[in-house]
Amino acid sequence: MSAWKDIAHNGIWKQNTLLAQLLGLCPLLAVSTTLVNAVSLGLATILVMLLSNLAISALRSLIPYEIRIPVFVLIIAALVTVVDLAFNAYLHDLYLVLGIFIPLIVTNCIVLARVEAFAAKNGLLDSMLDGVAMGAGFLWVIGLIGGLREIIGQGTLFSGIEMIVPTAHALQILPADYPGFLVMILPPGAFFTLALLIAGRNWLEARANQRRLAQQRRDTAPLTA
Amino acid sequence: MSDPDEPLEIAHPEESGAMRIAIRTAAVLLAFTLAFTAFMSSAWYLTAPRVAASAQAEKLRLIGEVLAPTLYDNALLADAITLPPQTVLGLDEDTRLFRARKNGAPVALVLEATAPDGYSGQIGLLLAVAADGRLLAVRVTRHKETPGLGDYIDPKKDRNKARPWITQFSNLGFAQIPIDQWRVKKDGGHFDQRAGATISARAVTNATRQALAWTVARRDKLFALPNNARFTDSSEE
Repeated sequence: MSAWKDIAHNGIWKQNTLLAQLLGLCPLLAVSTTLVNAVSLGLATILVMLLSNLAISALRSLIPYEIRIPVFVLIIAALVTVVDLAFNAYLHDLYLVLGIFIPLIVTNCIVLARVEAFAAKNGLLDSMLDGVAMGAGFLWVIGLIGGLREIIGQGTLFSGIEMIVPTAHALQILPADYPGFLVMILPPGAFFTLALLIAGRNWLEARANQRRLAQQRRDTAPLTA
Repeated sequence: MSDPDEPLEIAHPEESGAMRIAIRTAAVLLAFTLAFTAFMSSAWYLTAPRVAASAQAEKLRLIGEVLAPTLYDNALLADAITLPPQTVLGLDEDTRLFRARKNGAPVALVLEATAPDGYSGQIGLLLAVAADGRLLAVRVTRHKETPGLGDYIDPKKDRNKARPWITQFSNLGFAQIPIDQWRVKKDGGHFDQRAGATISARAVTNATRQALAWTVARRDKLFALPNNARFTDSSEE
């Protein structure tokens, strides 16, 4: 179905949280220091976005328009709290890894933004897909930034993976005597990396637009001026 | 993002109508608040026993990290006293202090302490102090330090796997490192800190020094108290 394809395309590329909407910068700065941390937060974000979009789409006819924002915030905060408690109780090993990231999701404005812009106006299935697609858009960008910052900042990849897969080890990408590059680990490193990725995305979009325009001109030239 | 097509339900803009809408809106908000507070409370009640059990299992595993099981032969978890809140240790509730012995002779004390001044709040510590006054080892039990920056105080997150930061305290006492040298290098002391995250290291180092000094000064009494006794500090300042 093309509507679903649009939702997925919007979330992952066209309206990407980090590259196009620039929402969710707070968790991005805090957590994208290593690939494992970044991907863990991304996965937890997908889960919370799926649940919050689902809950609000289901309850949308009960929520008066005038007080929708406080109700949305209430629902999102309650869901994050319950997810946090459930992870702690039933998936304790995973909680030891992801635990500190779950409360951080509340600081991610993309959750409220999608609830307000999408789930409050659309059906259950579409809203769930939108939550997952937006979360996936967040996941791949924060994962890429986490990987780049980790390689440049400390010369490794997958550090911390042994918390998830006990037998795995971090890969040493740069020589072992690499002194590290502290700026990349500190928040400015996240800004620099994100700026480069946004520039790259804008360049790709501009090139695609030019091609489309050229194509249109060629197609329409014989018919109209 | 507001939807212009959304029907604003002010069909009769009279006083009573507006009032009715205000009351209805407030009632809906109250209902949502009650419903989701109930949702959170029930989740808390359902998970609390399992959360507590997980925390207890984690603590037992941690005791093994600061005190090797081969060093003692008594039933460690049964040989314990209760510590009321101690300001010097940063503790604001009752904790258990465990006493390790071998052939009846004192070996080590295992206790908790809290560093109040981490970069993001409190840092929980577990320490094993040997009967001769050395700190056998210290581990971080809980913290909220910045991932990838200050969280090296937890050896699981430390990039230096061969010699994690927190192990530099192991087997040191005030005989080896004088108490005024028991600080991070940035504060003129003996212990390393990592660039960019001194606050976490300073908090752990200072809390460790205070806990060690507190324990060493009360060592004999702590070992001598009967099982499950409640410690009271007669030399309380």
